[in-house]
Amino acid sequence: MKMISFAKVLALVNGLIPLLLLSWDAWNSQLGANPVNFAIRTTGYLALIFLMLTLLVTPLVKLFNWNALTPLRRTFGVYACIHTMAHFLIYFTFDRGLNVGSTLYEISMRLYLMIGTTALVIMLPLAITSTDGMIKRLGPKRWKMLHRLTYVAAIAGVTHYLLLVKADLTQPLIFAAILSILLGYRFGRYLWNLRTTAKMSLSQMMPQ
Amino acid sequence: MTIDGLVKKPQTIDLAEILRRFPEEERIYRMRCVEGWSMVIPWAGFPLRDLLNLVEPTSEAMYVAFESLHDPEKLPGQKTMVLNWPYVEGLRLDEAMHPLTILATGIYGKELPAPNGAPLRLVVPWKYGFKGIKSIVRITLTAMQPKTTWNTEHPQEYGFLANVNPAVDHPRWSQATEQRLGESGRRATLPFNGYAEQVASLYRGLDLSKYY
Repeated sequence: MKMISFAKVLALVNGLIPLLLLSWDAWNSQLGANPVNFAIRTTGYLALIFLMLTLLVTPLVKLFNWNALTPLRRTFGVYACIHTMAHFLIYFTFDRGLNVGSTLYEISMRLYLMIGTTALVIMLPLAITSTDGMIKRLGPKRWKMLHRLTYVAAIAGVTHYLLLVKADLTQPLIFAAILSILLGYRFGRYLWNLRTTAKMSLSQMMPQ
Repeated sequence: MTIDGLVKKPQTIDLAEILRRFPEEERIYRMRCVEGWSMVIPWAGFPLRDLLNLVEPTSEAMYVAFESLHDPEKLPGQKTMVLNWPYVEGLRLDEAMHPLTILATGIYGKELPAPNGAPLRLVVPWKYGFKGIKSIVRITLTAMQPKTTWNTEHPQEYGFLANVNPAVDHPRWSQATEQRLGESGRRATLPFNGYAEQVASLYRGLDLSKYY
């Protein structure tokens, strides 16, 4: 029991460090020539990293029996949401000057912003329903179905990144490759389960 | 630097000769990046017009094409073809001959450093910064509109004229405001980057949302 808690504390504390560093640097005017732009890019990048980490947990647990990692999935997921919210709030506050009309206009005019907003909007209910209380309320089946929306949020996040870079696709493509592996694992397991279920049904139907 | 094409006196000229013939003047210009940030920069340079008059463009010359250095050893960023190196740009002849258009040889009271486009860099203050081609190795006078790097890469996003225009959005963001580096909050972008009085007449009657 102690070991699980320790891993979680590690993730919780270390997951906070990038935002703390960013805030410290912002306070000390150490974010470079264009601090708003840097803060937007950094929080976005971190959101994607936390999304990848969230999706990494289940494969590692299932493949290597690293059960200590299971509680980390929630930690990483909530951090992904927090960084996405920070990413959007910095854009809204400093790029759009707290102007709601201008923000809505920009989002409606730019496909990559619509896609990014989709990712944000999906992650909010997922973060809210991440508590133990909520898991009980929804029941394991409904909760699992709802939280499969993480896949959509991750795809939306990577697509948002892909559409916004102007020439160098390297970073977005790396995220796309990693995401493909993480989603590919789940798709592979889904096909494997279908096969297993089919075999079982078949053996039940066959005359002995 | 080689100057050729539709000129009466094509030649190759070195930096020392250029500095000797064309004395530096200080030009303090606003610079507006297409991505939405801006600065005020004290350049040192000379009017491009003076160099063009030296080589005497013929009557067929309508455009000026510029080519930058292609040297992946010196410029490691060019080792991958993120853009189609060498970087190329172009101006209409009247834009090139305009008194505001300079070739910069210095910045902030010093010789132009490599990242800013040493030894010679184009500055056209009423256009987006990507028109300011750096480390120019060749200037060619042409009759046809020359290819420019960003326009070739993303034609819907980067035009040939690239005049600063708050009324014409970039497809991915509004150009109505800009972030002046060092200021908090954004400020309104000015038509032609505030040089409308000097250059608007060059584009009279042109639909600037079409010819961006």
